[in-house]
Amino acid sequence: MRDLLAALTELRERLHEIPQADERRLQDLKTEILGRKAGALTKILAALPGLEPAAKKQVGGAANALKRDFEAAIAARERELKRAPAAAAAGVDLTMPGRASWTGGLHLVTQVVNEICEIFHELGFTRAVGPHIETERYNFYALNFPKDHPALDAQDSFYLGGDLLLRTHTSPVQIRTLERYPPPVRVVIPGLAYRRDPFDASHSPVFEQIEGLAVDEGISFVDFKATLATFARRFFTADTRVRFRPSFFPFTEPSAEMDVQCQICGGTGCAACKQSGWMEILGSGMVHPAVLENCGVDSERYSGFAWGMGPDRIAMARHRIPDIRLLFDSDVRFLAQFAAGAKGGAR
Amino acid sequence: MIVSRSWLEALLGRALDARETADRLTMHVAPVDAVVPLHQDLGDIVVARVLEVKQHPNADRLTLCRVDAGVAGGPVEVVCGARNVQAGKSYPYAPVGAVLPGGARLERKAIRGVESNGMLCSAKELGLGDDHAGILELDTAAPPGSRFVDVVPVADHQIVIDVPANRPDLLGHKGVARELAALLGATVKLPPIPGAGGGEAARAGGHAGLGGPRGPATSGVVDGVEVRLEDPEGAPRYMIAVIRGVNVASSPGWLAQRLASIGQRPINNVVDATNYVLFEVNQPLHAFDLAKLRGPAVVVRRAQPNEKIVTLDGVERALSPEMTAICDAERPTIVAGVMGSAESEVAATTTDLVLECAYFQPTRVRRTRRALGLSSESSYRFERGIDLLGMPEAMRRAIELIIAVAGGEQREPWLDLWPQPVQEKTIFLRPERAAHLLGVATERAELERLLTAVGFFVAPKDGGSRLAVQVPGWRPDVTREVDLIEEAARLTGYDAFPDELRPYRPGTVPDAPVEQIKARVRERLAQAGFFEARTIPLGPGDGPEAVAVRNPLSADEAFLRRRLIPGLVRRVEHNWANRNRDVRLFEIGVVFRTGQDRPEEWDSVAGVLTGARRPRHWSEGAKVPDMDIWDLKHHFELAVRVAAPSCDVQPASGGGGGWVAVQRDGEVAGWAGPLEADAPVWAAPLFGFEVRLDVTLPEAVPYRPLPTQPPVERDIALLVPAGVSAGAVSAVLARAAGPLLERLEVFDEYQGPGVPAGHRSVAWHCTFRDPVRTLRERQVDELLAGALQALEDELGVRRREG
Repeated sequence: MRDLLAALTELRERLHEIPQADERRLQDLKTEILGRKAGALTKILAALPGLEPAAKKQVGGAANALKRDFEAAIAARERELKRAPAAAAAGVDLTMPGRASWTGGLHLVTQVVNEICEIFHELGFTRAVGPHIETERYNFYALNFPKDHPALDAQDSFYLGGDLLLRTHTSPVQIRTLERYPPPVRVVIPGLAYRRDPFDASHSPVFEQIEGLAVDEGISFVDFKATLATFARRFFTADTRVRFRPSFFPFTEPSAEMDVQCQICGGTGCAACKQSGWMEILGSGMVHPAVLENCGVDSERYSGFAWGMGPDRIAMARHRIPDIRLLFDSDVRFLAQFAAGAKGGAR
Repeated sequence: MIVSRSWLEALLGRALDARETADRLTMHVAPVDAVVPLHQDLGDIVVARVLEVKQHPNADRLTLCRVDAGVAGGPVEVVCGARNVQAGKSYPYAPVGAVLPGGARLERKAIRGVESNGMLCSAKELGLGDDHAGILELDTAAPPGSRFVDVVPVADHQIVIDVPANRPDLLGHKGVARELAALLGATVKLPPIPGAGGGEAARAGGHAGLGGPRGPATSGVVDGVEVRLEDPEGAPRYMIAVIRGVNVASSPGWLAQRLASIGQRPINNVVDATNYVLFEVNQPLHAFDLAKLRGPAVVVRRAQPNEKIVTLDGVERALSPEMTAICDAERPTIVAGVMGSAESEVAATTTDLVLECAYFQPTRVRRTRRALGLSSESSYRFERGIDLLGMPEAMRRAIELIIAVAGGEQREPWLDLWPQPVQEKTIFLRPERAAHLLGVATERAELERLLTAVGFFVAPKDGGSRLAVQVPGWRPDVTREVDLIEEAARLTGYDAFPDELRPYRPGTVPDAPVEQIKARVRERLAQAGFFEARTIPLGPGDGPEAVAVRNPLSADEAFLRRRLIPGLVRRVEHNWANRNRDVRLFEIGVVFRTGQDRPEEWDSVAGVLTGARRPRHWSEGAKVPDMDIWDLKHHFELAVRVAAPSCDVQPASGGGGGWVAVQRDGEVAGWAGPLEADAPVWAAPLFGFEVRLDVTLPEAVPYRPLPTQPPVERDIALLVPAGVSAGAVSAVLARAAGPLLERLEVFDEYQGPGVPAGHRSVAWHCTFRDPVRTLRERQVDELLAGALQALEDELGVRRREG
């Protein structure tokens, strides 16, 4: 019995080895002391049945206490090693790369569309969508395009037979929305639009558009300016300067173009903004009363504003992408650049 | 539209700063795309007077000129090659060291042994024209040494205006000047024509500027020329003047210079005069040779089917009755509003002119222009609508100008055929409505002032609650009250309006479910390691159901896509071409198919995957395996679960490999399998999937209580005969073991020694659990035995021994 107690005391000394042990040493210690067949402590415990009851109690108590201490120490050390395996393991090069899994991500244009829709969502706009194949009525005439008018020149369309065409803007969804829902209407309309422009650095036959529409009683030019200026300052920076200037769209009157301070030169003038210091962001205006009337909305009682913008162009401007084709190439090296988020993500 | 700063200055009678002018126009009228300085590079050129001309000692064709260039050292000697150099006259002179247009620096050099101190310059050398025949003689009293650009007004700016389709009035300098006048508080007046004696003298000298009576007539005779308006729909107003005895020659400098300043090539004095009026008051005019007119007659009629004309550009064109033609007694001489014929063109031999000033119906001109594929400065303007009421002014101006620069006389008043005269429209403007729409009240007097400044005639009505506004002929775009409100807003300046957010009511339109679903699917696939691609919905034909585009840009983009996969495969090939081996792309987009009445369209989700299963890590040494059909199956199931949750993934029938997603009604909504592609040798196998997006918003996921009882787990290896699928085995297992079998998981498949021929061993990990009480081992043994019995009975599947 005395031998056993001495052995226990000796074993207890070895507890001190545990906090210094590395992974392999810890395994060895575990086997040496607690091993199921030849562990030193296991052997002592195995010898218990042959002892006197009093000795059994004394040795058993001490052995079990020691076993608990060893188990606790080993477990603690194991946790420690797991937390910082390299910290304890001398000689490991911590600059070696970590283990990765594949990452994917959303297309930059999708992210920009989401950002824009999110900002307008906070301004009370929900999303609406409509078909890509439209009739001339929805695409042009309900939007107050006069027949055979030069305004149609900028809308060179892909025709599918009869009066069906691929929509040249997402504006027809304005009409579909106003036909279906009574005012107040506040929608943003994301989606593809199609124009017969061959691919080059700044054109593509297909592009993303976000149209917006607000119609209610008492909506004025001030509300229009406020909403879009708020958007611009949220999307770019809070101190971004914004200007509105006259333009022409058949479906708005007054019509306006909104420019923001050039995001590349900050407004001092550069090649990207043709030295003007401004970037054209969206075309807009107060909804033309004829459009409201075409949808059966009383144009004396209701007024509204509408706008359209191109997320491809906005993405190119903000991220300084020189060629629109990069947005369609889907080169994984390009896509990976924005995978962790278009703003403040991976470099 | 390019306007010249100096031309605008002439109309406004004041100096303009080009940059400021551009900003004003941009902020109140129409955007300015560019401001281009002209001849600002002539700063080193000075006026020099030739004092003496002597023969060059060593060359017959050269002269030695003693030149006073106003320099302190006195006259200098210059070698000159021009025949027209004369003592006593002034010429532009480039001293040694001067930088010439184009950037070359003039060096001192000896010409045939005599040193030349600088150069007397021709128009071409100064970039002022093509005239290289001699040096440019200056008609100036300016002292030698004066800066050339201060003496000759060639320094100018082009202001390039992006004129919107609704503002034809801005296609002439006068219209642009009118807007500037309103913004600057100035007035617009047509500048006097040099050599025309202020217009009055010209008028007194003959019948210049004399207009005839206008009325409902559709025909008449002017100075021996018969004019018949047979198509008043195509040409609602038609005026003809005859000018006899002109001398066609090159234009005087000022006229050529004006046209050159806006990028127009001077042609001859008559054509230049009509072009000048075109760019001044926006009235296209056409002068043609009276001698070449059969009749002589001018007949305005619809063209006959397939009637031929050779237009000025030398191309023979076939006309149709949709088009208006200006004809002589026999055949067409002008495609109305578009282009004249080469034959009737004014030439050096022309002495008598027929001058046409017309209004052609905009939509007819547009259709003609499109049908012929032929546009001109004239068609561009007629399409947008010219000033029907301003035509007499333009005609008067043109006649005055032609007589001033080409001589000749107008013996009879011009003919003005206008069968259905119209007057200015009147529109009522309610100041209260303007305030309501603009959000800011504008004083009635201010509205009047703004509108009057750009040519509207305003009279208050009903005690001032309405303004009767007469719209000038040059503003065809203004047709209703809101157009006047826009005028007030833009002239005030959009920037003058406040932009503070005010409360708004929420709208009635729900957020589109499809957008919510698309966002979810994108998020899940991106998390799974896929990058979102963007392809265009146009491509080559893909089966008989592909919708054709009638006017495609190319054969490669002549159809609407029926599936996303082909576009994604092309993107993978693009990535391979750029040596990207690991490519995982997805796309959510619209696809099309021919339909009963019209094509159908819906949203589809697709993915393609190729390359390593996971990024390589140095600790693992060996090459990471490439993705295979099991990676595909997993991602297909993932896509189906999130994009088409009501579908079931099953092996595709037909033995081609791959899987399909099947709707409850049995319809196939998706497919996954290996793909063919143009792959480099080092590429890994390519797989893809596509499934139709289900646009029903999913319901909330209900909570299932977490188990409180311990599980009992068993591994069983089963000998599965050929022809029996693991899916069938697990279905029998699950059914026979009952609800206490919580989970089944295949963890191994083996064929080889120990497994009978025609069989494979598939190992399953089974988890049993009773939700309310602790399961006993014996109970599990019984369930498993029952299940094994069922497997043997139904599928001939036995447990593998040992």
